Amino acid sequence: MIKFLLKGLIRDKTRSLFPFLTVTLGVMLTVFLYSYTQGALTQMVDYSAKFATGHVKITTRGYAAEESQKPLDLALVGVSSLIEKLNREYPNMIWCPRIVFGGLLDVPDEKGETRIQSPVAGTAVDLLSKPVEIEILNIKKGLVRGKLPTSSDEILISEQFARRLKVNPGDKVTLITNDAWGGLAIKNFRIAGTLNFGVDALDRQTIFADLKGVQNALALDDAAGEILGFFKDFVYRDIEAKMIAEEFNKKYGKPGDELSPFMRALSQQPGMEEYISYIKDWVGIFIAIFIFAMSIVLWNSGLLGGLRRYSEIGVRLALGEDKGHIYRTLLGESLIIGIFGTVAGTLLGLGVSYYVQVHGINMSQLFKNATIMLPNVIRARITPGSFYVGFIPGLIAPLIGTALSGIGVYKRETSSLIREFAE
Amino acid sequence: MSVIKTENLTKIYRMGHTKIYALDHVNLSFEKGEFAGLVGPSGSGKTTFLNMVGILDKPTEGRVIVMGKETSSLNQKEAALFRRKYIGFIFQTFNLFPHYTAFENVEFPLLLLDLSTEERKERVMEALEMVNLAHRANSKPSELSGGERQRVAIARAIVKRPEIILADEPTANLDAKNSYNVLDIMADINEKLKATFIFATHDEKVIKYLRRKITLNDGKVVKDEVMK
Ligand SMILES: Nc1ncnc2c1ncn2[C@@H]1O[C@H](COP(=O)(O)OP(=O)(O)OP(=O)(O)O)[C@@H](O)[C@H]1O
Ligand SMILES: [Mg+2]
Repeated sequence: MIKFLLKGLIRDKTRSLFPFLTVTLGVMLTVFLYSYTQGALTQMVDYSAKFATGHVKITTRGYAAEESQKPLDLALVGVSSLIEKLNREYPNMIWCPRIVFGGLLDVPDEKGETRIQSPVAGTAVDLLSKPVEIEILNIKKGLVRGKLPTSSDEILISEQFARRLKVNPGDKVTLITNDAWGGLAIKNFRIAGTLNFGVDALDRQTIFADLKGVQNALALDDAAGEILGFFKDFVYRDIEAKMIAEEFNKKYGKPGDELSPFMRALSQQPGMEEYISYIKDWVGIFIAIFIFAMSIVLWNSGLLGGLRRYSEIGVRLALGEDKGHIYRTLLGESLIIGIFGTVAGTLLGLGVSYYVQVHGINMSQLFKNATIMLPNVIRARITPGSFYVGFIPGLIAPLIGTALSGIGVYKRETSSLIREFAE
Repeated sequence: MSVIKTENLTKIYRMGHTKIYALDHVNLSFEKGEFAGLVGPSGSGKTTFLNMVGILDKPTEGRVIVMGKETSSLNQKEAALFRRKYIGFIFQTFNLFPHYTAFENVEFPLLLLDLSTEERKERVMEALEMVNLAHRANSKPSELSGGERQRVAIARAIVKRPEIILADEPTANLDAKNSYNVLDIMADINEKLKATFIFATHDEKVIKYLRRKITLNDGKVVKDEVMK
């Protein structure tokens, strides 16, 4: 009997091949979309990682405690030897020392008198000897005018800020701030180029300066406020990052010592956990809606598949098959189609996702106005969820559809089922 | 003992507020080996009667006793088992399974009976021979003519050697030549297997073959005559 039914299932393409393809396609889309949003989620975290938190971040214990003040008197010292050690111990990571500072930017007129002054948010980055920082910060793409700095006296400034200050590449500006010991620090810079970030907070008043120059100006010799660590593949892995942090702190941390180094994973930094769960919630809602919609489509195909067969079912009943047996065979067929379709769809979806994870989809043609925040390449990301999301729309939905349409088998009188044959 | 007996068999369909008496207190009985037919205008209740006897529908009132069993006492599962063993159906529209060969269509009722593969094969070929279609065993319905399809359907109805064969307008979709061919075969099978045949029909050609003609009108038996 089972052989008989399977024969029919295979021969009747409208019952096997087409539902199989529908399920496969639906599941493939679901899996891909899921992986894609996981990638997007990672990328959203990426901006924070690249500009502020790293995948892990080393500061002193004291600096971490007052992070929002960026207290430079609590900066890490002996940075170059620490990074050397880190490079040896964590060959899969990239370490980037940075100094985040504030102050006033003074723009002089022709006579050298102050023309305009504005508060400034600065980040000192090793722009000259560490080309990877240019990559990490996506600076080449965001460059609007001018060029990249070639000496530690040159800075990059956000385009919007430059326009407000009415300065251009080549102009001189002066940074007025406090050094690490509270003394007045004054440093002249030349503007090398302007940047478009695409995020208001950064576009308003940001400058990027070279690390060496800022170290000199702020009396932070071989010191840095923060050292950001990145996985070399730039994919944030929370568990791994936390493990690295724990291991590091065990080895280097001296509890109670304000100046001892202290590492935190991205998710352990202020606000990040909330931020991640916020994005996750939205992604979750988005995916839930998509799965729901896809489920309705596949549910329907299960339903219609069942309804279409009332007449056949009527004949089978007339020939002496009982309703329970027919109902079970309908569910069984739906299950078989669902399993095959879901597995095929999941494999295809994973394949496409993998391709997009490795190669990415290049969006640079799509967005004419290049900014730093918009990545050139959007990548999918396969997570454990990618392997099982497809089962909800692919297996459960059509099964429910079949189960519901099959109830008609019980409700209707057999004679009326047969009658539907002729029509 | 009668193979089929109805007592005050009544079926009422409700269409809004109006009641339709599809069958109105029908008392009939059929003996083993009869070759009988229900005739009458469209809507007179012929199909309804066959559905009651085939336990595809439940009566509104009255009783149907088939093979000594009161059918309303059977639950769905028992009714299915009963049909499986004792009743064969032949439909106006043939109702073959389109994706199966003639052989497989005829085999289906035997699959429900748990027979061995060899036994099934033997019986199916025997049934196909009775309808002169052994050579088309591997053809799909779409490759067969209307007459051939109905002969496959007849083979499917008789393959399990049922006591009762119910045929609703079996010739309505056939031309004259095929109708006579199919009728000859059914008369022959009736002779050989001693199965009780009940037809529902308008077709004069069928009526010529009947040995008993029951005329229905508005759900009532208006005439019940023996033919020569
Ligand atoms: N499921 C149903 N719901 C409502 N009324 C029905 C139903 N089935 C049959 N009837 C009505 O019952 C009456 C008898 O129908 P039946 O099908 O038995 O007639 P018939 O003699 O077989 O007619 P025909 O020669 O056209 O096949 C008709 O009036 C029909 O409209
Ligand atoms: Mg009828």
